[in-house]
Amino acid sequence: MAHDHHHDHQAVPSDPALRVKALESLLVEKGLVDPAALDLLVDTFEHRVGPRNGARLVARAWVDPAYKERLLADAPAAIAELGFTSGQGEHMLVVENDSKVHNLVVCTLCSCYPWPVLGLPPVWYKSAAYRSRAVIDPRGVLREFGTEVGEDVEVRVWDSTAELRYIVLPERPAGTENLSEDELAALVTRDAMVGVSRVPAPGEKA
Amino acid sequence: MNGIHDMGGMQDMGPVQYEKAEPVFHAAWEGRIFAINSSLRASGKWNLDAWRYQIELLDPVDYLRLTYYERWLEINEQLLVKHGLVTAEELATGTPAAGSTKAVPATRISGAGRGIPSSHDPTVPARFAVGQPVRARNSNPIGHTRLPRYARGRAGTIERDHGVYTFPDTNAHYEGEHRQHVYSVRFSARELWGEQASPRDSVYLDMWDEYLERA
Repeated sequence: MAHDHHHDHQAVPSDPALRVKALESLLVEKGLVDPAALDLLVDTFEHRVGPRNGARLVARAWVDPAYKERLLADAPAAIAELGFTSGQGEHMLVVENDSKVHNLVVCTLCSCYPWPVLGLPPVWYKSAAYRSRAVIDPRGVLREFGTEVGEDVEVRVWDSTAELRYIVLPERPAGTENLSEDELAALVTRDAMVGVSRVPAPGEKA
Repeated sequence: MNGIHDMGGMQDMGPVQYEKAEPVFHAAWEGRIFAINSSLRASGKWNLDAWRYQIELLDPVDYLRLTYYERWLEINEQLLVKHGLVTAEELATGTPAAGSTKAVPATRISGAGRGIPSSHDPTVPARFAVGQPVRARNSNPIGHTRLPRYARGRAGTIERDHGVYTFPDTNAHYEGEHRQHVYSVRFSARELWGEQASPRDSVYLDMWDEYLERA
């Protein structure tokens, strides 16, 4: 029962695996869903859409100032340039970190997240702990991720209350001047694009 | 509705639990309910705002106890029954009722969003301009809203006009789209949280025209 469990292993009223299986077979029999379409959706989000897409945007912005300008001014168009679509019909915005500003993205009311470029959100992003405290104590939350932000830096928290989806353009780490765009993309983490971490320098632990 | 989902500013939810190398889905059923949900959403049986409101209607104890995809399972079952696509008996037995008709499967899976044809609509006037000081309305609607409690009554500044969007407060209840401007509004952390907040920090919220009044 619930009180016997640590809260990250929540108790369930009945086996969700069995319920989902029964629901899917009912909906297929009634013609309300197509199992092939379901397979395609699972495959898309397990294998095709994820933070590697976002990392491409960041790396391109780091090496190509004109692209960065377009990305900050009109993210959907700049994202489309790299062949990624924003399949949810939402509008994307890219916010830039620099020496004076650190951006952090949250959705306090549900779990809005930029799916087309970061994939589906991790559990911590959807958790009550993150959603509740990111707005009132962003520096404390950042510290839990090992990210210290100086008092001289402004922390901007973006609460995704409408259909705008936010991606952080992190700072390019020092010592990466000679890296190629592909090598840079490999450094960029999901967490840095949500704003809870910085991009680690090559060889530095994320 | 002033529900548990509106949790911005709460402080008793514990530290953030981080999982290294987290998989996209933790079990196969999570992927299936994700796909079932997306597929039903794409078929347009209910809109995204109504979907969000259904989650908000979960009992608060359930809301906190259930995992993310367990909530999706719950509300998909509820919405299917609510919209007459499935009966409670069919859900309980897992088989269609005798003589029930078969729908044409929805195979189109893209375009599952709110259905915003364009955020640029010159026929919808903006009530506020970039740079203008504003105040979030103090209101406590019993239905769906995207105006979090922590911002109500607080003063901020319009930073950006995002264009025109469907109004969730009415759309969730099928009372019309009431398309209006959405703005990025900057609130200083101190305005929201008082002296304990860093004087430099700020929170940006996206707010519909009707959530705002002149400051």
